[in-house]
Amino acid sequence: MNDAPRAARADDPTRDALFKTELVVLIPHLRAFARTLTGDPTAADDLAQDAMMKAWDARASFEMGTNMKAWTFMILRNQFYSEKRRSWRQSQLDQEAAERTLVAIDDPGAPVALDELRLGLGMLPSEQREALVLVGAGGFAYEEAAEICGCAVGTVKSRVSRARRALQGILERGDYDRDGAAAGEAMGSILAHAERLSIVR
Amino acid sequence: MSQPKSSPALDEARLRQQAIGAKLRQIFDDVVNEPVPDEFLDILRRADARTPETGG
Repeated sequence: MNDAPRAARADDPTRDALFKTELVVLIPHLRAFARTLTGDPTAADDLAQDAMMKAWDARASFEMGTNMKAWTFMILRNQFYSEKRRSWRQSQLDQEAAERTLVAIDDPGAPVALDELRLGLGMLPSEQREALVLVGAGGFAYEEAAEICGCAVGTVKSRVSRARRALQGILERGDYDRDGAAAGEAMGSILAHAERLSIVR
Repeated sequence: MSQPKSSPALDEARLRQQAIGAKLRQIFDDVVNEPVPDEFLDILRRADARTPETGG
């Protein structure tokens, strides 16, 4: 009867409820991470839902009290890359998503700098993009990001710094794929925006 | 490090990186602050119902 040595059992309803409460809190963050990985809101929500369900199904293997955000982000990331590998049409889908994004921002009234940064982000190699997003926006320490990405801390650090340099270069040169945008305009508007927010200085 | 800690070029680069960082956080936070589509909670509720009751 008391054979099971583990306190945390998969079928413990109290534990499940606690797990679920924590998981629900993380949904907005999973959606945001998925959005930066896929660049497409619909694909991102599909991915975030899959990750949420995988986390729920694997709840017995999660150690309560440890970093659930990092754990779920790792699940989401693994899901993203395994889907990418499965889908031989992925490059085509990426292209379609990129075109949809470009069409969507063709609205002259749309805020410019955000979309340019989004496009620039989309041009980074995925390992640089995810490292930058995790550390620069997701609030993760380098060590946590390394765990999520399954690589060394030093690797994350160099990916983040390469991503930052590359992004700045893209924005300053106006390299992102958009017709008629003058080089340097993107960086200017991003700087202006940051000054408005009084984040800079 | 032979390079001086503060030079106009370095300050400018730092400024630009801070601006990019602020924008990146905004992109991320904008999604975080979106209302979560009902679908998410519906899926989780269905999964929860699927879980067999214990102790009975």
